[in-house]
Amino acid sequence: MIPADDPSLVRILGADGTLAPTPAAEPYLAAAEAVTREELERFYRDMVVIRAFDRQATNLQRQGQLALWPPSLGQEAAQVGSARALRPQDHVFPSYREHVVARIRGVDLVDVIRMMRGLTHGGWDPTDPANGNTHVYTLVLGSQTLHATGYAMGVAFDGASGTGDSERDEAVIVYYGDGASSQGDVHESMVFAASYRTPQVFFLQNNQWAISVPVATQSPAPLYKRGEGYGMPSVQIDGNDVLASYVVTRRALDEARSGAGPRAIEAVTYRVGAHTTSDDPTKYRTSAEEEAWARRDPIARLRTYIEARGATPAFFADVEAEAAAVAEDARARTVALGGLPDEQVFRNVYADPHPLVEAEARWLADYEASYEGGQA
Amino acid sequence: MTGTMAFAKALNAGLRRALETDDRVLLMGEDIGPLGGVFRVTEGLQAEFGDRRVIDTPLAESGIVGTAIGLAMRGYRPVCEIQFDGFVFPAFDQITTQLAKLTYRLEGALRMPVVIRIPYGGHIGAIEHHQESPEAYFTHTAGLRVVSPSTPNDAYWMIQDAVSSPDPVVFFEPKSRYWQKGEVDTTDRALPLHASRLVRHGTDVTLVGHGAMVTTLLQAAALAESEGTSCEVIDLRSLSPVDYGPILDSVRRTGRMVYAQEAPGNTSLGSEVAATVMERAFYALEAPVLRVSGFDTPFPPAKLEGVYLPDPDRILEAVDRTMAY
Repeated sequence: MIPADDPSLVRILGADGTLAPTPAAEPYLAAAEAVTREELERFYRDMVVIRAFDRQATNLQRQGQLALWPPSLGQEAAQVGSARALRPQDHVFPSYREHVVARIRGVDLVDVIRMMRGLTHGGWDPTDPANGNTHVYTLVLGSQTLHATGYAMGVAFDGASGTGDSERDEAVIVYYGDGASSQGDVHESMVFAASYRTPQVFFLQNNQWAISVPVATQSPAPLYKRGEGYGMPSVQIDGNDVLASYVVTRRALDEARSGAGPRAIEAVTYRVGAHTTSDDPTKYRTSAEEEAWARRDPIARLRTYIEARGATPAFFADVEAEAAAVAEDARARTVALGGLPDEQVFRNVYADPHPLVEAEARWLADYEASYEGGQA
Repeated sequence: MTGTMAFAKALNAGLRRALETDDRVLLMGEDIGPLGGVFRVTEGLQAEFGDRRVIDTPLAESGIVGTAIGLAMRGYRPVCEIQFDGFVFPAFDQITTQLAKLTYRLEGALRMPVVIRIPYGGHIGAIEHHQESPEAYFTHTAGLRVVSPSTPNDAYWMIQDAVSSPDPVVFFEPKSRYWQKGEVDTTDRALPLHASRLVRHGTDVTLVGHGAMVTTLLQAAALAESEGTSCEVIDLRSLSPVDYGPILDSVRRTGRMVYAQEAPGNTSLGSEVAATVMERAFYALEAPVLRVSGFDTPFPPAKLEGVYLPDPDRILEAVDRTMAY
């Protein structure tokens, strides 16, 4: 089932790939028109590449190479548009499915894979400039919204927002989903954000399903309205329209960074794949629903649109080649990943030395040394 | 410089010094601004340092700790006040699952210098959720450091050391001692944060506890002395990690140990210390290590707190039992 459009939904690019702005999109049309063909082709490339990678990662899990994979299939437009709306100085707090957001910010996708392969609980260093101020995935849903809000409080306390210079003022974006929207932490983070007027955007991907529970169980009211209840300007967008995602997020971030306070966006999209590779959607949803959403595919509609604007067959061939190469590279580097030293168990539990952890590490080393060959 | 100070005032002075020393230190909590906290521990600090350093937060414990984590990621050193022990549980996920594990998750890329101050324990005749001792939930969690001062001098120094720790510290304040006065030496730190301390010499039995219980142990030791039993008393100070050196030294001399705590005994800190002492000082022991604890019930209505909380007589009963072996 596809929900009927809310009257305030912002959509610019229709499902058929033609410009079909909703009335609520009117304030964004000038910004949308200013998006260049090169930018649109960039978005398209991002979406196609991540879809190929995502399929590869799903296959790797099926082949026993990963413990788990949460596919982002179907949500590419919401993620690409919002991530491309970020400025370099911005900070990202993802949930656990924002693979293309991480990639756009500079994170190596194999670092995401390392987490899902059981080699790390994190994967990358958010303080390394190469990772574009991207924090690691958070698996207790909604917890990261408070971290993002606290971080944004710090940005404001530092005077790093609200100076009026959008090239330097920092903003924070936090991703979460329709399921997480019910978590108390999400509500508390909105209370804190509104009270301290944080330079922050709450970006909710409503993909209709929290594993097997439909969004109607999370809320009978559209989720974007929750933001309004906390005093935040809130916008609902067609999450399968990359153009809407880009221009709405861009404006929300720039307003937030200017000191106008937090903003909320609900991107209405669909989790085409399973929740994770451990899930079986056939047990709780219909193929009719899946087919209806497939007709709203975010990549197909952008392809139609940029073709009409002159994207060449050579461009599409190049994108396909890059997507295949990224996927193949991910496979090659995944299967080549090594193991972990046993002492990794004890590393970084604390920043300062800790006698109990040190004693246990020594015990394990002695225990293993007591076996012939040094391995228990 | 040495002077007499009430426990709460010593904490206030320690927090003031932490705020003066490092401008990345922030205090956050409910009612900690103009009111100075329900126990007045932060009295005057917002007036002195402003409302961006001493922050009255919305009434949401998970929000306090969760945003403190984000602030720590940004380079701040937040000190969170949880108003009462029983109110910490809405923040339990953020403390045990986020704060405690982030340095591990990030493989050391970020430190989490956050302090969670929790007034804990009974003896104040308060209503439900205001007299609990939830230390064990936090000592059970890897990644957290847990400490509890028992004197104004320790309060003054330990809060500063907790703030300067690169790791998260859960800081249990014995609220029944907030008004107790004692000497504070503001020039010389006596002990590191994670050291236990011998507070009374004795030869027959080692008594161990922390926080408000230290005073009770000293009272029990004085009574035992009058009955001819010499008790050594050790203030644990650090609940995680436990500094076992002074405890084992003492037990090796006395051969007997009684651990006392307000918390319920089942799966408690006392259980852990008792087991470790039995492992590491087995041949020195003349008797099993005994525990005197709150009962394994919810904290009862205040009119029954005298029944629930270990008092000197219950500790002496355990001393007599261990001496009978």
